[in-house]
Amino acid sequence: MSVLQLLQRLWSRENEKPSKDQAKERLRLVLVHDRVGVAPDRLLPMLKDDLIAVISKYMEIDEAGLDVTFSQEDSQMALVASIPVRGVRRHF
Amino acid sequence: MAGRVIVITSGKGGVGKTTTTANLGMALAQLGRRVVMIDADIGLRNLDVVLGLENRIVYDLVNVAEGTCRLRQALIRDKRCETLYLLPAAQTRDKEAVSPEQMRKITEELAQEFDYVLVDSPAGIERGFRNAIAGAKEALVVTTPEVSAVRDADRIIGLLEAEELREPRLILNRLRPDMVRRGDMMTMDDVLEILAIKPIGIIPDDESIIVSTNKGEPVVLDPHSRAGQAYREIARRLEGEDLPISPPQMADGFMGRLRRLIGLQSR
Repeated sequence: MSVLQLLQRLWSRENEKPSKDQAKERLRLVLVHDRVGVAPDRLLPMLKDDLIAVISKYMEIDEAGLDVTFSQEDSQMALVASIPVRGVRRHF
Repeated sequence: MAGRVIVITSGKGGVGKTTTTANLGMALAQLGRRVVMIDADIGLRNLDVVLGLENRIVYDLVNVAEGTCRLRQALIRDKRCETLYLLPAAQTRDKEAVSPEQMRKITEELAQEFDYVLVDSPAGIERGFRNAIAGAKEALVVTTPEVSAVRDADRIIGLLEAEELREPRLILNRLRPDMVRRGDMMTMDDVLEILAIKPIGIIPDDESIIVSTNKGEPVVLDPHSRAGQAYREIARRLEGEDLPISPPQMADGFMGRLRRLIGLQSR
């Protein structure tokens, strides 16, 4: 390996994940949609609607501020939801 | 006792199903088992050329299904190993020429006579795949460490599960240790993090596969081939041996050979 190649590699390592990790992250995400059988642009909106329906039974939430995304953490995929709560419903 | 009917499948084309079928068939036969391989890829037959048996075909799978000949008549005995047989696919028909029900009957009949019935599935998830899995009781899924092949493998694993083909096993084909070392290729562990399946072996990317296919000789017949060695190990695992699955190492350079020569590195 030439010095130039070595420098290029060190440089690209700093800036970019190894391509196999990119492959894994992309695969994990695409397989979620494949397995559920829902198009990528439809899954999160559907999930959001259902979440709103369930949580609204217990508390009042800011629907516009609700944010649901997938995130890759180490070797696991996580579903991250941020749900602003306006208030809790009284049940008596 | 009836033999084992195992389908070799992948979803994606070109990942090595046919090569895998040919080599596992030969390796199992060399362990003394009676083996028959069925080429279920009607219209795109290839197992015959990979095995170098293309000049001996008289009858084929469609003839058997339609009753034009007896099952026995369509079987071609391998020229190198007398316990190995091939039931070739028809080349001039399409997948619809055979039904899953007919395949089930044919594999059942073969399982009476053979220890192993290996079914080489066509690519895709349509009729040809349905035919290939119809009579199978076990499945081997072949993939390469690429996003497209792994994605298709996931789909196949789901379909196999739906067909009650429990516990498929994964063969990771064409692994390149040099690319793994650079972080540019997924390893078996990486793939297993993504797919819900147990592994049965890793085949290193190996030029000797192409050379042996050029000649019509399965690479397991080459004692020096690394891929051949890996296929022989998978055959032994199928036989129930508990061999650890170790990732292929870098091809030996001069230093590697020297180290091994003086005993610093084991095989």
